[in-house]
Amino acid sequence: MDLDFTAAEDAFRTEARAWLAGHVPSVPLPSLETAEGFAAHREWERTLFADRWSVVSWPEAYGGRAASILEWLVFEEEYYAAGAPGRVSQNGINLLAPTLFEHGTEEQRARILPPMASGEVIWAQAWSEPESGSDLASLRSTAVRTDGGWLLNGQKTWSSRAAFADRAFGLFRSDQDGISAGKPYRGLTYLMFPLDADGVTVRPIGRLDGKPAFAELFLSDVFVPDADVIGEPGQGWRVAMSTAGNERGLTLRSPGRFTAAAERLTALWREQADPGDTALRDRVADAVIGARAYQLFTYANASRIAAGGTLGAESSLNKVFWSELDIALHETALDLLGPYGELSDDAEEAPAHGSWSDGYTFSLAGPIYAGTNEIQRDIIAERLLGLPKGRR
Amino acid sequence: MRFLLDDEQRDFARSLDAMLTAADTPAVVRAWAAGDTAPGRAVWARLAEAGVFALAVPERHDGLGPLPLELAVALRELGRHVVPGPVVETVAAAALLDRLGTLGDEATAANWLPGIASGKTVASLCLISGNASGSGCGSGSGSGESPYALDADSADAVFVVDGDTVRLTEVTGPVQPSADPARRLSRPLGGTVLARGPRVSAAAAHAAEVAALATAAQALGLGRALLARTVEYARQRTQFGAAIGSFQAVKHRLADALIALEFAEPLVHAAALALAANVESSGAEIAAAKVSACEAACSAARTALHLHGALGYTEELDLSLWIRKARALRGAWGTPAACRARVLAP
Repeated sequence: MDLDFTAAEDAFRTEARAWLAGHVPSVPLPSLETAEGFAAHREWERTLFADRWSVVSWPEAYGGRAASILEWLVFEEEYYAAGAPGRVSQNGINLLAPTLFEHGTEEQRARILPPMASGEVIWAQAWSEPESGSDLASLRSTAVRTDGGWLLNGQKTWSSRAAFADRAFGLFRSDQDGISAGKPYRGLTYLMFPLDADGVTVRPIGRLDGKPAFAELFLSDVFVPDADVIGEPGQGWRVAMSTAGNERGLTLRSPGRFTAAAERLTALWREQADPGDTALRDRVADAVIGARAYQLFTYANASRIAAGGTLGAESSLNKVFWSELDIALHETALDLLGPYGELSDDAEEAPAHGSWSDGYTFSLAGPIYAGTNEIQRDIIAERLLGLPKGRR
Repeated sequence: MRFLLDDEQRDFARSLDAMLTAADTPAVVRAWAAGDTAPGRAVWARLAEAGVFALAVPERHDGLGPLPLELAVALRELGRHVVPGPVVETVAAAALLDRLGTLGDEATAANWLPGIASGKTVASLCLISGNASGSGCGSGSGSGESPYALDADSADAVFVVDGDTVRLTEVTGPVQPSADPARRLSRPLGGTVLARGPRVSAAAAHAAEVAALATAAQALGLGRALLARTVEYARQRTQFGAAIGSFQAVKHRLADALIALEFAEPLVHAAALALAANVESSGAEIAAAKVSACEAACSAARTALHLHGALGYTEELDLSLWIRKARALRGAWGTPAACRARVLAP
């Protein structure tokens, strides 16, 4: 057992660090959740892509570096330690791309992945519906066969940054038989569609701080060609779930985010805190310990995968842990900032360009998205501890 | 990087688990608590035969170590089976003597270490004051210092560090009952001086780190056992016509207990690696492991007690042996506050 990096991994770290030092904007970009910020972050994706840093773990043919999981973790540690911008392409890179690698056709990968990697096409998710949140399989939006493709109808919601994104991917009911059979996850099809297509109406929804982070999508006879179906029609649930573990497991929130945030929190605490306030000190220590635990847990998972293992329900442990860590860490920072803690990230005098405030607001969504923490705890209890299934 | 236990380490853990399962440790613990240490000494001898104590002793003194990671793996299994006795104190005493030896006191080390390795010598260790700076969980009160030595009434050798002096104590005060009846606490009184000077302080600091790591590993095992027993109970206990383990309120508490243990375990492994590599960060890593593992064990104990209902509140249920030990280990060899302070120490 060891925690050692190879010379090649160290060299990769050095290269990433040097590139980031030369390219990360000295003043943070405007919030990702605004039109102006979205455009600035798209431009940043282009900068990353130009030097092949936007999708390091992808094959070189699609703009990546074929980096190993460990190299990807190293890159992420450096990325967040450098204070680099949030990733506006994350939904595409973390969710759609793994699905295309596993279930897409060669034609789809060649057509979709390079513009995703460059930020030219930014993807939004279209999973949730007004009546289908945690119980996603109950969704009602439909895909009906038409000449050369499908017609989509229905309503999707809580689609992050769909107000500004270019295209969306999600599940649609292509066969009603599953519902009547009491097997609602049957008869779903995984499709992709442009957000500016005829029949699509996008209505932005302000998140807690008013920024138009979400949108709801109204779909009325939106045409999707067969080429934009992923996997077999009717097999959408299996296609979507096979990569759901990616989101909760390794790729959505890399440990580098939290180790970097914990370091910034520690620095803030050293500069500003009353050394006699041991209650606050304990919370800072817990953030540091939590970030380190998450990093080590991830190294163990990466080792397991490198040794030929897989991650299944274990990814639910991750999701609960990082989402709660993120909130605790940011709450501690806001408490530490005293009267400045309540300033909006838009305030001119907000500490650290508003990053603590913005990070706090964002952290509040963590226990909800990517499968609520209640669903994750059910998965942990049933699949890891072997407890009997029961009513949700 | 391969941050996973290897096959040999897993096999070692499995063989200890099997041996301790067969040893019916709850009965051994109850006997120990009543002052009958013979069954406990028999288990101790078998653990020594399996090489557990030799892991804390260097080869030049008939040991196999020091091997902190293997020691942590072993202590986790001992915790899983609530093995009684000064297990942590014995391996920490070995660390103290080993370090005294490398700093020039080889005669003292040679006098005691072979006996510890072979299982012949059950040792206790007590840091009365001072000199734990740089230790697992900081210095000052809460850093592993205590007026009490564990199981000093039955140990073969009781080492006491007081300032820059280490003494061998023959006389102890009356046993002060611990909330964990298997932990027999008493004050060491007087004794003969074995060594004195700065080397004692350095060796004591090292011993406190080893003790904190060993306690963390033991807590992990306690927590795992508490969770496993409670999951089993929740699958079998029926109310409202269904297994209580099918209810979300029950499931989620058990899921949280698993999460805490799963994230504490890699901290313990990393702390052991840091100690083995003798790196500067080992004190902070051990402190992080200690506070996380002990909190995970305590929270598993609370969950276990609660989900067993009134049954969990009884002494006669063996679960009580795990529940009470989890609480005691939380304060031993580094309080939560001292560990957290150590994590942030510059």
